[in-house]
Amino acid sequence: MLFTSYSFLAFLLILFLLYYIVPKKCQWVLLLIAGYVFYAHAGWECFLFIGVTTITTYGVGLLIDRNHNQQKAYLAENKASLSKEEKKAYKEKQKNKRFALMVVCLVLNFGILAVLKYTNFAIANINGILEMAGSEKVLAFQDLILPLGISFYTFQSMGYLIDIHRGKYSAQKNLFKFALFVSFFPQLIQGPISRYDDLEKSLFAQHAFDWHTISFGLQRILWGFFKKLVIADRMLIGVNALIGDTQTYTGFYVFMGMLFYALQLYADFTGGIDITIGIAQTLGIPVQENFIRPYFSKGIKEYWRRWHISLGSWFTDYLFYPISVCKPMLKISKWSRKLLGEHIGKRVPVYAASIAVWFVTGIWHGAAWNFIVWGLGNCFFIMLSQECEPLYDKFHARFQVKDKTWFKAFQIIRTFLLMSSLRMLDCYRNVPMTFKMFGSMFTDWNVKEAITVGMWNLGLGAHDYIILLIGVLLLFMVSMLGRRGSVREMIARKPAWVSVAVFGTVFIATILFGAYGMGYDASQFIYNQF
Amino acid sequence: MDRLLEILSDLHPEIDFEEYTTLIDDGVLDSFDIVTLISEINEEFDVVISAEYIIPENFNSAEALYALIERLEEE
Repeated sequence: MLFTSYSFLAFLLILFLLYYIVPKKCQWVLLLIAGYVFYAHAGWECFLFIGVTTITTYGVGLLIDRNHNQQKAYLAENKASLSKEEKKAYKEKQKNKRFALMVVCLVLNFGILAVLKYTNFAIANINGILEMAGSEKVLAFQDLILPLGISFYTFQSMGYLIDIHRGKYSAQKNLFKFALFVSFFPQLIQGPISRYDDLEKSLFAQHAFDWHTISFGLQRILWGFFKKLVIADRMLIGVNALIGDTQTYTGFYVFMGMLFYALQLYADFTGGIDITIGIAQTLGIPVQENFIRPYFSKGIKEYWRRWHISLGSWFTDYLFYPISVCKPMLKISKWSRKLLGEHIGKRVPVYAASIAVWFVTGIWHGAAWNFIVWGLGNCFFIMLSQECEPLYDKFHARFQVKDKTWFKAFQIIRTFLLMSSLRMLDCYRNVPMTFKMFGSMFTDWNVKEAITVGMWNLGLGAHDYIILLIGVLLLFMVSMLGRRGSVREMIARKPAWVSVAVFGTVFIATILFGAYGMGYDASQFIYNQF
Repeated sequence: MDRLLEILSDLHPEIDFEEYTTLIDDGVLDSFDIVTLISEINEEFDVVISAEYIIPENFNSAEALYALIERLEEE
């Protein structure tokens, strides 16, 4: 059930009415049922996988939590009788038990994700190796289902499990409440990947009908629909045409395809997240922001702190830190300091963990070498910018341009172009083709032909370009205004007719110029495919 | 504490670490800095700060970080 389908809108309307009619203590139960109804639309067989993740994480979480409590009680009871060494040995033994439990659950759940998502990728690589070795043997591809939102709910559940292991909070005792945390439908298929301690405060609470919050939620949903249906889906027509024909569309077309894809992805993904956060808000449940104006970032590290925030922070907390500060890594660091010197040695843990994280980030986005190269490409530029920092410092000490508007604009454009160039790896069918097309931007000078003829043959007419131009300008203006605080708050502070005029215009524009009005179907959200 | 302040100053000479209490909240220390810092602390104090301790409350100020080191030394 796509967010942009009529059936989803009907589902949402029924849920919304029931949510504020049923006794407040039953609201979370209704959300659980709604989540499963929503999920059932993806196919009954998917239930098996989300069920396994829910039950195993719930059970193992409880066991780990019980062990934490037993340890506390035992140490409190035997405070006087145990020596320091005995306490230490006891703690170590319990810690190992908890760790073993966690690892079993992690391996099972990430194993399911890996098998379903990466088996055919592995087979393709094995076949490639066999072919290179001259073998005629070919392994058959497997017909595996990829349950809806598996990457998102697996990461969210495993984050919970690791937090329980770390003793960050207590485990949820109620299986059905935990099931709701895993299957909360607005964020089930494209994130954000919420943390349990952030969501639990409001997910199981009782919510009264509050028009102010609900109207803000509806405004956010409308804005999301506008971005998705008017901008992203229209931009998609141009993107598909430009990247679909690599013979014709070289040179300047590649540059335009890169720009179109950057805007399409932004409008699609942030639009989907706007709808998610808006729906949750109408239900009285705040969900964390996943984007903070990422295209205004002045550097690549800043960009990744502002784009898909929940995924980045998940990788930082649960992969980057555990790898970079684990005991073996600290030993490697010590050893490399002695062998390679202070400067290089102290970077070893950071860079080794970064490479691992970006490899996984790449493959999380898709089971293809394009995504792995994209991830490692990001890693390379982050490391490069880290290593260049002393040079930047010298430059800024010599030239006082850091606070100049033109220099900030240069940094923003540079970062945008760099990230857009890397993202081309999403577009073309393989890595060599991507490099070939990227190179053609500098060798095929066809700007005049593209502007006068080619760009008008992509399936987009003059009215589409005008709508896109206005839409993108609107996105830009809202982002600029957003730097000063919530745009919806700003509008709400104006007389009531301003709200009516603004959101009425956005609503009519979405109906007239969105997928519903244009006669083509809304396409799937890009991040639903993960 | 003096040695910790030296380590911190090597990372960001422009910051007054004795006064600053929002190092994580303000983004002064990023993930690169934190890992470098933990590696230096391990070297200097022979204390392992594992991932579960990497939370803003422990890294927002030099004082909080030093308190964590002392706590781990006792354990």
